[in-house]
Amino acid sequence: MIVGEQKDLNEIIDMLGDDFDSLLIAGCGTCVTVSMAGGEKEVEALAEILNMHYKNIGRDVKIETATVKRQCDFEFLDELEEQVKRNDLTLSLACGVGVQQLVERYPDKIFLPGLNTTFYGATTDTGEWSERCIGCGNCVLDQYFGICPIARCSKSLLNGPCGGSQDGKCEVDPEIDCVWELIYNRAKKLGKLDELTKLEPPKDWSTYRDGGPRKLINEEVYND
Amino acid sequence: MAEEYISTLQKKLEDGHFVVCSEMGPPVGADPDFIKNKAHKLKGYVDAVNITDNQTAIVRMSSIAGAKIATEEGLEMIIQVTCRDRNRIGLQSDILGASSLGLRNALLLTGDHQVFGKDKGSKNVFDMGSVQLIQVASDMINKGVLLNGSEMEVPPKMFIGAAANPFADPFEMQMIKFSKKIEAGARFFQTQAIYNIDKFKYWMEEVRKLGLHKKAYILAGILPTRSVKALKMMKKFVAGMDIPDETIERMEAAEDRKAEGVKMAVETIEEVKKIEGVSGVHLMPVAWEEITPVVVKNAGLYPRPEVD
Repeated sequence: MIVGEQKDLNEIIDMLGDDFDSLLIAGCGTCVTVSMAGGEKEVEALAEILNMHYKNIGRDVKIETATVKRQCDFEFLDELEEQVKRNDLTLSLACGVGVQQLVERYPDKIFLPGLNTTFYGATTDTGEWSERCIGCGNCVLDQYFGICPIARCSKSLLNGPCGGSQDGKCEVDPEIDCVWELIYNRAKKLGKLDELTKLEPPKDWSTYRDGGPRKLINEEVYND
Repeated sequence: MAEEYISTLQKKLEDGHFVVCSEMGPPVGADPDFIKNKAHKLKGYVDAVNITDNQTAIVRMSSIAGAKIATEEGLEMIIQVTCRDRNRIGLQSDILGASSLGLRNALLLTGDHQVFGKDKGSKNVFDMGSVQLIQVASDMINKGVLLNGSEMEVPPKMFIGAAANPFADPFEMQMIKFSKKIEAGARFFQTQAIYNIDKFKYWMEEVRKLGLHKKAYILAGILPTRSVKALKMMKKFVAGMDIPDETIERMEAAEDRKAEGVKMAVETIEEVKKIEGVSGVHLMPVAWEEITPVVVKNAGLYPRPEVD
């Protein structure tokens, strides 16, 4: 899933500015609900804090809230139409995809991002999410026993660990596992260490965003 | 006719001399005299000198420019090339440029991550890693082709080296990577600084078991230091450094720490010289480059051999 984290409250307040009287906070019920950043619960909590803030500084701001199933699909954005139109601003707590879909669906209105979209990751502990994929467009998990060195090595090394790997940790931060230690351990356990001796040539990054913004078309269902 | 060689470093290694390399960091600035002064101090004491490529991810004069300046002062230079700041286009272009300037040795590295430097907000590249860079450079030199398949009328000429860390984990996987670097075309290696000599001996034993010491020249990394603080800092913060507590205690107990630092370096050189498969040393004093000639002399490695 896409993981996000809410922006700092002061940053949100600065971003919203002074030039509005009504605000819609729009949540998203999918990925960012799971990462506890932009679901219904977070939307309501943020509305409460902002209400308190504007009350304290003596500003009359009307705040509405709504959370749809997915902001990245137009079909779920239709239900927001009236609320979007009657409010001066919409603060979206979806990922960056959701914010841009709102802009495209309602081009006459202003939408601001309440989240920082961080990465594609998994829940690795209560309240902890970790990056697992960068969406390079050409999956190599088969070569690395299901553990991705592109997403999880700080230098995306494909031929083995750098010289900074010590005690299973990455030189960049001792909180980061050296992914090559993980790959090595798994290869060894599976008795397939010799598969890691093969020289891996430079990767073709054209399937990543180095080929420009990407679009995917499924010919079977696509109608142009 | 004498056998052809690319660089005098290569020639000395092939002739079986116990080679001495050292290292210099270019300035944070554009002063050529900074390089010239360092070059004068090293001239005659070492066979070749590395010049770092924005080491620890701190902006400095480029390795190639610095190497050219030092070469004009009579030093044999080894440029360093890292994958952090350039993609395959930039890296290959720099190899061509360096060769065209007459620079004949290159140490090809992945490079320190930018979190260690002052530009933590920079975007890194890592389009390739060290193994891939070695393979690409090797094909440019030996086959005259670029990674994209284009052929060159005048391919670059370079003696390719790489880094090896006997102290990094996981040991077996690091050894696989070391082998890969040789397979990719690395002809000489400079190791991480050795303080744990027993671990280094063990590593060399494994290297010999695989016969890898016969496929590439190994230069043992020696880092002379005069400071307890530096040792403690390296132990704690430098990735892949293995400094035993006894080393730190020994330095703490020393009355004259400069002399002790030289002595420790010389002792390590004497130890590694005895190890089968070690072809030389690589001296890399940090912020103490002026000590290199002293260490070389005290280790009985002066004068250096000449190449016709």
